[in-house]
Amino acid sequence: MERTVCEIELEIKNADGLHMRPAMQFVDVANQFDCDITVSNVENDVDGKSIMQMSMLAATCGTKLKVKAEGTDAKQAVDALRELVEEKHFNEPMPNN
Amino acid sequence: MKLADFVCFEAIIPELKADDRDGAIAELVSALTQAGRLGNAVSREIIRAVIQREKEASTGIGKGVAVPHVKHKKVKDVIAAVGRSSAGIDFSSLDKQPVYSVILLISPADDPDKHLQAMENVFKHLQQEKFRKFLRQSQTVEQIEDLIREADENPSL
Repeated sequence: MERTVCEIELEIKNADGLHMRPAMQFVDVANQFDCDITVSNVENDVDGKSIMQMSMLAATCGTKLKVKAEGTDAKQAVDALRELVEEKHFNEPMPNN
Repeated sequence: MKLADFVCFEAIIPELKADDRDGAIAELVSALTQAGRLGNAVSREIIRAVIQREKEASTGIGKGVAVPHVKHKKVKDVIAAVGRSSAGIDFSSLDKQPVYSVILLISPADDPDKHLQAMENVFKHLQQEKFRKFLRQSQTVEQIEDLIREADENPSL
């Protein structure tokens, strides 16, 4: 199988941002895939499969994160993460205004 | 934001009496109450809310640490209490291991960004092995206070 690299930018859309429970959902989805997943904000690159590291991103609503996946299932992984973050916005409310 | 900005030094418990999760949460919230940071009625509500939050998903994220937290409308600023248990407490952690260090965080309900900043700060240090080790080995309030002040000065701790 070919090792692919997929990079996307995801915007946090739920009002409360990437607090612990959304971070756990992210990590749960990320861990369903074999590829390596790195998530970056302006300051840090962290392991998208580690709850301790993901909690450190403190991504507020409106923050854009870079997600880089490397491995045979990289494409599927970024698609699933995009759905979780941007379409389902972690099943949490969006801002009112 | 620094740890010292929201950790209440009067609510540091170097040896938790409780040997279970709910007891540890109650002890830490009570310490904040005794320090004058929470009213009595609010305190009871917050204990219930933190335990409820913990039941929905454990904040015991592994490596011997747990960060029970809740947002509450009657709290104006982020406040935190710190507890240590040498025997270890069952927090239903992700790695199924006991918890030796507990950082309890209460945030205002209407300022999600501030809650995230405080969490960022806590996890920045908790993911450092040295910080976890020093916290677990601290035996007095002074040692924990020193560790927190040192961590604020030194990002790699």
